[in-house]
Amino acid sequence: MSTELDLSGEKGLEAPSKVKDIKTKTMILNMGPQHPATHGVLRLIMELDGETVVRCTPDVGYLHTGIEKTAENKTYYKALPLTDRMDYLAPMMYNLCYCLAVEKLLDLEVPPKAQWARVMLAELTRLASHLVWLGTHAMDIGAMTMFFYCFREREKILEIYETCGGQRMMSSYIRFGGLYEDLPLELDRMVKEILDTFPDKINDYESLLTTNRIWLNRTKGVGVISAEDAIACGLSGPNLRGSGVKWDVRKANPYSSYEKFDFEVPVGKNGDVYDRYLVRLEEMHQSLKIVRRALEGMPEGSFINQNSKYLLPPREEIFTSMEALIHHFKVVVDGFRPPTGEVFQSIETGKGELGFYLVSDGSEKPYRWRVRAPSFVNVSALPKLVEGRLFADVVANIGSIDIVLGEIDR
Amino acid sequence: MAEEIAAGILKDKFPDSILELSYFRGEETILVKREDIAEVCLFLRDHPELQFNYLTEVCGVDFPEREARFEVVYHLYSLKTYKRLRLKVRTEEEKPVPSVTSVWPTANWHEREVYDMFGVRFSGHPDLRRILMPEDFEKHPLRKDFPLFEESDL
Repeated sequence: MSTELDLSGEKGLEAPSKVKDIKTKTMILNMGPQHPATHGVLRLIMELDGETVVRCTPDVGYLHTGIEKTAENKTYYKALPLTDRMDYLAPMMYNLCYCLAVEKLLDLEVPPKAQWARVMLAELTRLASHLVWLGTHAMDIGAMTMFFYCFREREKILEIYETCGGQRMMSSYIRFGGLYEDLPLELDRMVKEILDTFPDKINDYESLLTTNRIWLNRTKGVGVISAEDAIACGLSGPNLRGSGVKWDVRKANPYSSYEKFDFEVPVGKNGDVYDRYLVRLEEMHQSLKIVRRALEGMPEGSFINQNSKYLLPPREEIFTSMEALIHHFKVVVDGFRPPTGEVFQSIETGKGELGFYLVSDGSEKPYRWRVRAPSFVNVSALPKLVEGRLFADVVANIGSIDIVLGEIDR
Repeated sequence: MAEEIAAGILKDKFPDSILELSYFRGEETILVKREDIAEVCLFLRDHPELQFNYLTEVCGVDFPEREARFEVVYHLYSLKTYKRLRLKVRTEEEKPVPSVTSVWPTANWHEREVYDMFGVRFSGHPDLRRILMPEDFEKHPLRKDFPLFEESDL
């Protein structure tokens, strides 16, 4: 590629007659995989003409661990902990989506309490995911303080994970048919503390950034994508809504009783980095609203479906009943055999539409275990956002589409 | 059900391309003739009533015992009616599947992943390279005959 130099308009410069024949060479610049602003191990091969990006080729796969292949060689239960490890910033979302897919395959009912608890945990996860996005995105652009603030708040949500499932991140707390254990007693107090303190914190972030001139200069009009292009490129979640497409899986195809919750779906207008930022901040407020409703209206009853041959029997029965012990042994060692068929289940994560596609051949192992990862699709649209624009805005764009390489490479 | 309407409309329009219909858990799967997949997708995208304008994903499934051993699965979605539709084609290693990148640009990376993991080729794809595995990798890991554990040569 080459471009013509046109200096004739420059003040005080008399253009030589042949200046238009001067060709500038483009330069190939390699960014990543070890680069702090690529949020993991994303590699971008960029062709630059001066400061303008002519071509951007993302190169992914550095974190590929063959999770799909591994899961196809495990029983359905044993594949569950793998789901935590794809989007490690929103592990409960993956638990939830996988469990919903398996429940669809088994035609399994989930008690109301578990459904509401799942909604509450999913929204807390969305908050945690958005907090990491905001902290790292703002730090990439130069607002260092945000990083510390966001990670301070995220810690509160990780403490809830720890109280529920015993681990700060990979808790595998959501299980087929319900939850691993009943909700802990302290949860009520912990979630209330979040509900009391978070709105002020989010307002703090907004007062730091939303009208900040540097922030506006770095984000407004940067990385613009139209609604048509966004749909064609398969963007989903806040990235699609930033372009003005009002589509949220929670509203369009409700799962886990989301239809019982009242919340708004914020959309942007211009489809730039700034609008995507506004959409996500408003989503954080909406998530708090859902969490409050879920906590206050949490139904009574069992936390897991206790009448299924596919699931583990209640723990206290294992010690007293021979049948329960045998059943437990069979489910753990052999796994269960779902009917032959295939299902696709999608949910709305903080990053977009997450989908699980399971094919069962009637055996105890999934025949095909496929993940439609939102970040995989979102990063494939990155060239569309950065090509023809300034190189300095590439980092702002990577931050704004909110990618996690763990789920891209799987 | 929009899916059943879709099957009816498709059967009228492409009587020879629709090979099989199946239902499971309220989801419909339509098996399409391999050569016609891109045309069918374009028709579904632009049909005023169906408007399957969003491609959720493309993935592969391997059935080594079958004559046409690979299935390529397309999950279509409509941002207007909020319905989902699953299309499938069956193919072999030597027979390329028409690429749907001209219908939805997002298919680019999905088809690259199917090629990388299964070795299925797509005709008309602008840039069919490996995506997750290293460029010099020779096999296709998600095939059923690719072992999970293997003695290393190193």
